[in-house]
Order: sequence, then structure tokens, then C-alpha cells
Amino acid sequence: MTMNAQGRPTAPGTIESNELATISGDRGLDHEEALIFEIGRDGHCGVDLPTVQISENRLAGMRRKAPIGLPGLSEPEVVRHYVRLSRMNYAIDSGLYPLGSCTMKHNPRLNEKVARFPGFGDLHPLAPQSTTQGALELISELMKWLTTLTGMPAVAMSPKAGAHGELCGLLAIRAAIQARGEKRNRILVPESAHGTNPATAAFAGFVIDEVKGTADGRVDMVELEGKLGPDVAAIMLTNPNTCGLFERDIRHMADATHKAGAYFYCDGANFNAIAGRVRPGDLGIDAMHINLHKTFSTPHGGGGPGAGPVVLSAALAPFAPLPLLVHDDKGFRLIEDREAVPDGAQPFGRMCAFHGQMGMFTRALSYMLSHGRDGVRQASEDAVLSANYILASLKDVMSAPFGDGPCMHEALFDDHFLDGTGVTTLDFAKAMIDEGYHPMTMYFPLVVHGAMLIEPTESESKDSLDRYIHVLRTMALEAKEKKTERFTGAPHLAPRRRLDETAAARKPILRWRKKELPQAAE
Amino acid sequence: MRYHPLTTADRTAMLAKIGVSSVDALFKDVPQQAVVPLSVFDLPDTQGEMEVDRKLARMAAKNTAAGAAPFFCGAGAYKHHVPAAVDHLIQRSEFLTSYTPYQPEIAQGTLQYLFEFQTQVALLTGMEVANASLYDGSTATAEAVLMAQRITKRPKAILSGGLHPQYCETVETVAALSGVVSRAPVTPGKAEDIAALIDNETACVVVQSPDVFGLIRDLKPIAAAAHAKGALLVAVVTEAVSLGLLEAPGFQDADIVACEGQSIGNGLNFGGPYVGLFATKEKYLRQMPGRLTGETTDASGKRGYVLTLSTREQHIRREKATSNICTNSGLCCLAFTIHLSLLGEEGLTRLARINHANASALADKLARVPGVDLVTPSFFNEFTIKLSRPAADVVDALAKRGIVAGVPASRLLPHDPSVRDLLIVAATETTTEEDADALVKALGTVLSEAPSTSGAMF
Repeated sequence: MTMNAQGRPTAPGTIESNELATISGDRGLDHEEALIFEIGRDGHCGVDLPTVQISENRLAGMRRKAPIGLPGLSEPEVVRHYVRLSRMNYAIDSGLYPLGSCTMKHNPRLNEKVARFPGFGDLHPLAPQSTTQGALELISELMKWLTTLTGMPAVAMSPKAGAHGELCGLLAIRAAIQARGEKRNRILVPESAHGTNPATAAFAGFVIDEVKGTADGRVDMVELEGKLGPDVAAIMLTNPNTCGLFERDIRHMADATHKAGAYFYCDGANFNAIAGRVRPGDLGIDAMHINLHKTFSTPHGGGGPGAGPVVLSAALAPFAPLPLLVHDDKGFRLIEDREAVPDGAQPFGRMCAFHGQMGMFTRALSYMLSHGRDGVRQASEDAVLSANYILASLKDVMSAPFGDGPCMHEALFDDHFLDGTGVTTLDFAKAMIDEGYHPMTMYFPLVVHGAMLIEPTESESKDSLDRYIHVLRTMALEAKEKKTERFTGAPHLAPRRRLDETAAARKPILRWRKKELPQAAE
Repeated sequence: MRYHPLTTADRTAMLAKIGVSSVDALFKDVPQQAVVPLSVFDLPDTQGEMEVDRKLARMAAKNTAAGAAPFFCGAGAYKHHVPAAVDHLIQRSEFLTSYTPYQPEIAQGTLQYLFEFQTQVALLTGMEVANASLYDGSTATAEAVLMAQRITKRPKAILSGGLHPQYCETVETVAALSGVVSRAPVTPGKAEDIAALIDNETACVVVQSPDVFGLIRDLKPIAAAAHAKGALLVAVVTEAVSLGLLEAPGFQDADIVACEGQSIGNGLNFGGPYVGLFATKEKYLRQMPGRLTGETTDASGKRGYVLTLSTREQHIRREKATSNICTNSGLCCLAFTIHLSLLGEEGLTRLARINHANASALADKLARVPGVDLVTPSFFNEFTIKLSRPAADVVDALAKRGIVAGVPASRLLPHDPSVRDLLIVAATETTTEEDADALVKALGTVLSEAPSTSGAMF
């Protein structure tokens, strides 16, 4: 396989618009919306607060001298602004969102409700622990769910997202190696890995060594074993991997890794394919982060916040970061002091202030309690079933590089079916926008040329899947017949046509500035 | 299960299309010995919405919400009133349930508010550019230190004794991997002489203002001392509302600003999720971590926004990225930007003044209680008092009386005997006169009583 180093194009051409020009610039329900700085004006305000007199005595002469420059708006103007902005966004609530590797599943509103109970949402992280016992109980219960589902003895709860969890896992590995009095600085990362894996390993001070894949989309065991040695700290593997395939040799990989004295880090981004059916602890894994915003459906929120607790094996558990949560006859207690930890614990440090993403914990536990162990297993099975249904329904008209066997929760296609059509992966994906769908993940994983990675999740009905398949089949057939109108310059019907990313990067405009001010500083 | 649309008949039909007899066949690549029966999981089965709601409501009721008691905790997380419109708007499906805006044609809503957010953060901090947020203030501070190490190619970071101790620990955990992190002495109520510690190996000094004890710091001389030695000043703010009243770090020559944005738009949430604000000078742009949104045009010439300069980021640069960060704090920065839009210049200024006025009034009252001394001569909405007894015991005794009196400094610095009697007290616009009087009265009573011998549960 060859790497697709070129990736996708980032600069569109220009097009003549043939749409009906309106006087307002708006089009029916599609409203244009100016920047908040262009709408607001001085002296107005969307909250009612009194002006109070203050003395200068306690300000140490550090009072702000110049105005900040924030615009003033009334509440209705603010509400309309954000409602109009919201209508320019695609969302899982409005349609199928088949982003492979991102897991856009239904976000139950019960989870939003419970996270806002004042006892959770209005609780201070440093309030006396006698007044936060319910919150600590919730974290403890979520920890039980995570360790039980993964078959791992311990979990560090504080990492704030998947990549932060990766960092936590690698720092635990680093600490464990140091505790053994060894020096190991190399980490093996398969070439199909998420970009965060090598980035995190480098961030944690390791040298990255890439491991090639095999023709059937898995890690090359021969190469892996050849690279294992006394300077290898860990391997980082995603399983199911980013091609949507289960690494069959994972037990063997774990044994070889441990025999070489290294640790086995698993990127848990795709745990949603196997939760309730397979326990990573049984596979020989030493550390795995769990994206609560993927597998356990805390909403993606337009890019965050996430949460990335890390489950740890017995070998790594002593090195988990502060704070630790313990339960004894006096109740639940957070241990925040390195010198007050239980016997044997050697925390490597602290990932962040306070105790992690409580708001995400509440939502994830609500999701888990609603599903139960049976529902979690059903969700995994339905996710895998739906992805295979898509693979089976499309592989005759699109090209599936690993389509001979079943996939896990995502179906991977490459761009060979577009050979000679003049249509690219980008065109194909953008044309889906006109059909009312969010594009699939494209040009990732890098090991497949012009990749299209489709993850339907368990949240779609069969009717929804069938409509989606019909659209994709029709598009693939049209492309092959060189009917390219709908692809060229797509999307045609979105709030914006293709945007010029090249120009944006060449001369970055990263903030609004008042027109009268010179732009020279930018 | 109410969240699963597939029926048994659907599943059968789909399996037939795939050409297998059961879903087990789809898992054939999984080693059979690794597949476990459901009974292995010691966990409950599916439950209805009402049952889950009830169970979690009971857990929530065991906690004392900040709004349910006279409440004075701060130290990096602050109780403020968030207008109802904020929480309503962030729960719109199109914001709540969308992904990172990688397809800009159908994500202009997210991209435009991020562009507005970046502008607001730059204005508020007095800096030239800001990113689309990081996880929180503590991780933003750690990223700022790493960025300073990259820019200066020097190893050492010096942390002020007034930097929140949990921020210090966060910085030490990551920045000590490739460099050296040292802490200046803790001097509650006074500014330490941090300039004297800067040498030619120093990448940055990290100074929080108002500091963890509430003291307002003058950053300008520290910036001058740092710049004279080729080092950078990282300014940290844990109370974003203070920027409505106090001089912005950018106007005090800070090079990088890391700020906790929770105070604006976001609830306390027991510590997370919060939103890290991160701003710097234009010349350091390409060393900045995290997502950035930029203005551009679409193919038909209309103004629009895209994620940009992603060649700094992990999904393009992999091991050469400026950071491994792959997320921002999307919905929290939306809450921040909506709340700040509602406040505007006028509202933020008034809000900040009310905070300072309420804290000043409370400090005056507390200073008159026998056994209480005010430690911080200057402050914004948070100050430190010295008690005649260990503060943790007093907080515990007051909690039993239904008053959450503040954060004992010993919780943050358990091994520093000099802070044992210090209590960090915050007052905001939510603090009423009755709350203040209740604290004053109860504190007077507790301090006049003989110390109890039972151990405090901090």
C-alpha cells in the first residue's frame, strides 16, 4: 500500500452563481448573519446590572485604563444571532452523520438533564468533601462501569479528552519504566494510527518508530517483532483499527510486547465496536483511554468538551495520576496529596486542576445506566451490523480495499471506483452535502488511497440506512457514467460553497478588527 | 432499548443482505477466547428514563449545591449567575450534536462563533491573537510553558508562588519532561521577588494575577525583567471576570496569556468541563497550540470561516505537531461567547465592579471578627484571611452549620505549615448581604469556641 501524501485539495476555483439574487441577501429560511461586532453598538447591554461605586484602595493601581472594545446587544438580538448561526450547522439530531472514527451517535436528552441537576452542575470542585459525597459516589460508580466493561483493575478519571488520555497512559508507562530503573525511549506506532498517537508519544518525549501494515489492513507482525527490543517502551495500537478491522493477532502482539519488557497502549477510540462483548483486559492491554464522547455518547458539542478516562493494568495502576478516589468507612474521599496516597501508589503527577470532566461523567453514567450491560452489548452489535450492511450494500459499486471479510463498526472504501471519472474523493464527499448528508471521514486512514470511512453507528433505523445506501449507490453509478455535474464544485446547496483554505492559511485573519483601524498589525 | 431503532426483523433482513446467519459471524476476527458472556459483567441491565433520572437525582441531592447555601469558594472556579438564554442556546441541537467543523460548508455556525470567540478573547486579554480554546486554565498554562520552551529553546520555567498549586502540578507533570520547572516561594499577600530568579536558561516566568490568594500583581516590571534576560512572561488568570476591571495582561507586556474562562457562561460542574483561553502575540502564532479559525471566502465570493493553520496540528503533522491536542472546549466556549455577548462592554464592567464591591464589603466585615486578619491588601473578588485556628477545621465546622466558607489554603498546599490558618474567600455578584452576614456571624461563633478534637475531612 502507498501513503496518500498529497491528501485533499484545499483551494477551490471560483464559480459563477446562478441562484436567484434576493434583495436582502437571505434566501427563505437561510439567513445570512453578520459578526456580533458588526451588529452590536456601544452602550447597549443584554443583562440588567446596577452600576455600583467602588473604591480604588484595593486595586493596587491596576485598574483597566482603556475600553475593552466589546459590542453591546440586547437579549433578543443575541438570541437571534446564535439561533441564526446554529441553522448553518449540520448535526446528528438533524441527519445521519457517518464520520468514521468520530462516532456520531444519538445524544439522549436525559443525559443533559441530569448533568444540570444543581447537585452536579452547581457544585464547586473544592467544596468540603463532606458536601460532595454524591458527586464522588457518581465518579466511583462510573469507574466501576469502566473497569468492569474493560476488565481492567484501575482507571484514571482526570484526562479531559482522548489525546489527554493518551498522554496520561504514556506518562504512566514512562513512570513504570523509570521505577524499574530502565531507559526505554522508542514507541512503535502503526502507520494507520490516529495522528494523536505519534503526536502524543512525541509530546511525552518518546521517539516514534512506524510499523507498516499488511495487505489485509492489519499490523505487520513480522515487522513489529523485528522492531521490539530493549529500548522499546510501548506499542500504541488502535483496535478495532482505523481501517475498521479487528487486529486478529492482538494476543500474540501483547505477548511479544510484554516479553520484550514493553507496555501495550490501546487507543480506545473504537471501543464502541466491542463494548459488552470483549474486554480489553483479556487481550493483554496495559492502558487504554475511553472517549466518553464517542462510545458513551456525551455530545461532541461542535468540537468539545470531551473526556478521556484511562483504564490501567495492574502493572500500571500504581502510577495513576492525582487525584485518587478512595472509599472507606468514612465515605468517599479524594486524595490530592502525593504524600497521602495508599501504600504502593506512586502517582506520576497531575493531568489538570481539579478532578476531570464531571459534566461528562454524569452524562456517560446516565447513558450506561439507561443501556445497561445488555444495551451496551446491543449497541456494539448494532453498530457493527449497520456498518457491514453498508459495506455489503455498496461494495459492488464502490471499492472496498478490505471488503472480502466483515468489518467492525465502520466500512472503509478507497477511490479506485472513481478512477478515470474525474471525480475525486473530495467531490464525492462534498456532493453528499447536497443530498442532505454529512460527508464521511475522507482521506483517513492514510494507508488507503482517497479513503472514505463510513461509521453509521447504532443510532440509524434500517429505513435511514436504506435511503443513505440508495443515494450513495446512485452517486457512484453516475460518477462511473461520467455524469459529473453534481460532483463538480459541490456542494451547491449548502450555506457556503467550497471555502478557500489555502488563502486562509497564507494570510491568516484570525479576529475581527474595527474597519477604521489600520490592518498593518495583522 | 429506547435508543436503538433497529428491530429484530430489521436485524434479520440486514444479516441476510450481508450473507451471514448471525451477528457473531461479523466478529469472526475477534479471538474466540476473548469473547465473554454478558453474565461476566457485574452490572445492571437496561433501565427506563424514569429510573435513571431518579437514581441520579438521589445522588445529586447528597451534594450541597453552591446555590443552596451561603457559599464562598473560589480558588480557580467561581460561582456566577449565568443568564438563562446561554444554557438554552447551547442546547440547540445544531450546536450540541455537531462535530468539529471539518466540513466548513455545513459548519459555518460553529466556525463563526469561534471566530467571534477568538476576537473576544484577544480583546479581553489585550493580546493580538487567541485560539479557539483549550481544555481549561491549568492545561492552557502547561501549554503556554511548553510553547515558551519552544520559542526560546531554553529549558527552565519559573512558577510564581502565587500560581494555583494545582496549576503548578499540571505544569510540572508535562513541562518537566523536556525541561526544568521550579517554584518561587509562597508568600501569601505579598509579591515574591520573582525577577531575581530569572537567568539565561529561563524560558519563561509564570505569574497569576489575581494570584491564588487573591492578590493583584503588577506584571509590567516582571515582563521587563524577563525580556531583559530573553525570557517570556506567561500571565495566568483564573477569574475571567476580573478582566472587566483590571488591566489586561497584554497591556502589561505579557507574551502568552492562559486563562480559565469558566466564570463567564459556565457552571461549576465540580471542576469540569471548563474552557481554557489562550492568547499570544502575532509573532508567536505558528508556535501556538490548539485550533484556530480564520476568515476566508467561498468559491462564489461570500465571506466564510474555516479551521486554519492546521499544519501545526496532530492530524497533519503527527509527531511534529506543536501539541497533541485534538479538541477544543467547543460548547463551553460557545457558552462563554454567548454570555460575553449578552454582557458586552457595559455589562462586563458593571459585573466586575459588583464583584469587587461585594468582596470588599465582605472583607471589611470579616476583618472585624475577632481572630480574623485580612492577608491580601489588594484583591478583585477573592481574598485571603488568617484565622486563629487551622482553616480546614473551621471550614469543616462551618459546613456542619450549612455554610461553605471558602477554600482552606492547606487543601492546595498540604505541606506548607505557614498556610495552615489561611482561608481563601470569594464573593461574587451572587453573594447576598444575608450570605455575608451569615458567614460573619457563624465564623465569629466557631472561632470563639474551643477547637474540636475530631479530625477534619478537608
